[in-house]
Amino acid sequence: MNKITESLLRVVSGFGGTFKGAYNVREDGECAGRQSSENIKIESKKEGPGLVIHVRPGTKGETVYIPACVTHGGVDDLVYNDFYIGEDADVLVVAGCGVHNDESTEARHNGIHRFFLEKGARVLYREKHIGTGTGKGAKRIDPVTDITMAENSYLEMDTVQISGVDSTMRRTTATLAAGARLVVRERLMTTGTEWARSDFDVTLEGEDSGVDLISRSVARGRSRQEFNSCLRGKNRCSGHSECDAILAESGSVVASPSLEAAHVDAALIHEAAIGKIAGEQILKLRTLGLTREEAEERIIQGFLK
Amino acid sequence: MPPGKEKRDMEILKLEHLAWDLPDGAGIIKDIDLSLESGKLIVVTGPNGGGKTTLAKLIAGIETPSSGRLFFEGEEITGLDVSERAKRGIAYAFQQPVRFKGLTVRDLLELASGRALDDAHLCDLLGKVGLCANEYVDRELNASLSGGESKRIEIASVLARRAKLSIFDEPEAGIDLWSFARLVETFQEVRRQKAGTLLIISHQERILSIADEIVVIADGVVRSAGPREELLPTLLADEKSPRCPLGKESARI
Ligand SMILES: Nc1ncnc2c1ncn2[C@@H]1O[C@H](COP(=O)(O)OP(=O)(O)OP(=O)(O)O)[C@@H](O)[C@H]1O
Ligand SMILES: [Mg+2]
Repeated sequence: MNKITESLLRVVSGFGGTFKGAYNVREDGECAGRQSSENIKIESKKEGPGLVIHVRPGTKGETVYIPACVTHGGVDDLVYNDFYIGEDADVLVVAGCGVHNDESTEARHNGIHRFFLEKGARVLYREKHIGTGTGKGAKRIDPVTDITMAENSYLEMDTVQISGVDSTMRRTTATLAAGARLVVRERLMTTGTEWARSDFDVTLEGEDSGVDLISRSVARGRSRQEFNSCLRGKNRCSGHSECDAILAESGSVVASPSLEAAHVDAALIHEAAIGKIAGEQILKLRTLGLTREEAEERIIQGFLK
Repeated sequence: MPPGKEKRDMEILKLEHLAWDLPDGAGIIKDIDLSLESGKLIVVTGPNGGGKTTLAKLIAGIETPSSGRLFFEGEEITGLDVSERAKRGIAYAFQQPVRFKGLTVRDLLELASGRALDDAHLCDLLGKVGLCANEYVDRELNASLSGGESKRIEIASVLARRAKLSIFDEPEAGIDLWSFARLVETFQEVRRQKAGTLLIISHQERILSIADEIVVIADGVVRSAGPREELLPTLLADEKSPRCPLGKESARI
């Protein structure tokens, strides 16, 4: 892999020279390294670009890394990765994507990830996105995550995009069977003229399934964000979504949450709040000796933690 | 108190003709002259709406006076903003604690003390307000904390600053009997250890009874001020009658 990929990997997937466990590194649309483990098999897709990842039932405590990097302009990388997580497995999946562009043509990564969790499977899915480079060409990351959860499975998705991505269109859909539980924590910051859109569509099919979706975002500069979520309760279930956005300078956020309940015992809640940093928060930190600017930075840093 | 330089050394805060008006011109703080002696425990009391919180905010730099001047350790601070006054050594515990999403109790106390704190330190700080560190350090300062809990954390954040002048705005509000007793001990400890001047806004007899000096503020003016021994008996006598505390002594302590 090249130097740019290496430094991107350090940020997006905690790369420290090697990966411990199964991994596949994708660089500018090519495979730059792969390793399966005894319990986690990574294979190329037969039809089209992408991977099929099989986690053997009962696998515990293992990690699979599948980061992707685009390191120059003129690349439009599209990849389809499918994850099959066996019954009662409990694994960490580290995705993450870095796009670097020093040129004037666009650099884009479009990763379509499908998760199939068998009964009782548990996944912690970490995804971190970053854009770097000084070229005029746009840096785009457009991830799609499609999750199918069997009975009593659990998936926690931790997704972060902190800086440098000019345009992102994120789409996450999930269908939950009985007793399945999905937790999504999204952290987004846009600056300059960046644009980000995040769509969630979660269907709670099974009895006692549940979703907790928490999105926190900061729109600075003249950046724009859109947040759309739809929780559909089709059974006795619980759903909670929360969209909390801080605006700074001339940032803008449009949040359109929606709830659909088709069962009397579907308990669905949405909370949304958009606004600038509360003046009293800044004041409190200033009484502790921070300047106004330091206080704002600290509040945003904590908010996006 | 002897005149001249010596007096200035002992004086931590001086307010000169301090006034604060609403935009419509209504006076909330009216021409207050006040001098606080270093190392003392001063309690400010008086009827609701009298101007105590406003006065505290003027001292902390949260509000800007309409006229008048403030001096801290002999230097004028009228033109200094909140952050600068905090750096000079003025700390203020809000009457209504501020909530934060994403900041934990540990974060707040570390910001307040200006350094990373180990568990023993955190335990010590929270212990001063009757909280157990283990249960609280990683809690977010959000609405999940009870009123009394966030109030006590707010107080701990000011204690953590070890400021030259610490202002507490109704520290008793919403706090249970046991924590309150612990807090009263803490204030006395600060005085005993000469760890700073305390300006406590309070309506509580228990707090008034540990004061060195009492200042009564009503209707935006200092109604009376003086040593506890002199003022407390009249205040308690006044309490029996349904009038506001009155009296026209000099505002000098
Ligand atoms: N920004 C403001 N706009 C309008 N009125 C204000 C403002 N700030 C303070 N006041 C008024 O000034 C008066 C003094 O308020 P302040 O909060 O200082 O009283 P206080 O003595 O602290 O009362 P309490 O004992 O109830 O805490 C009150 O009548 C209050 O309503
Ligand atoms: Mg008040």
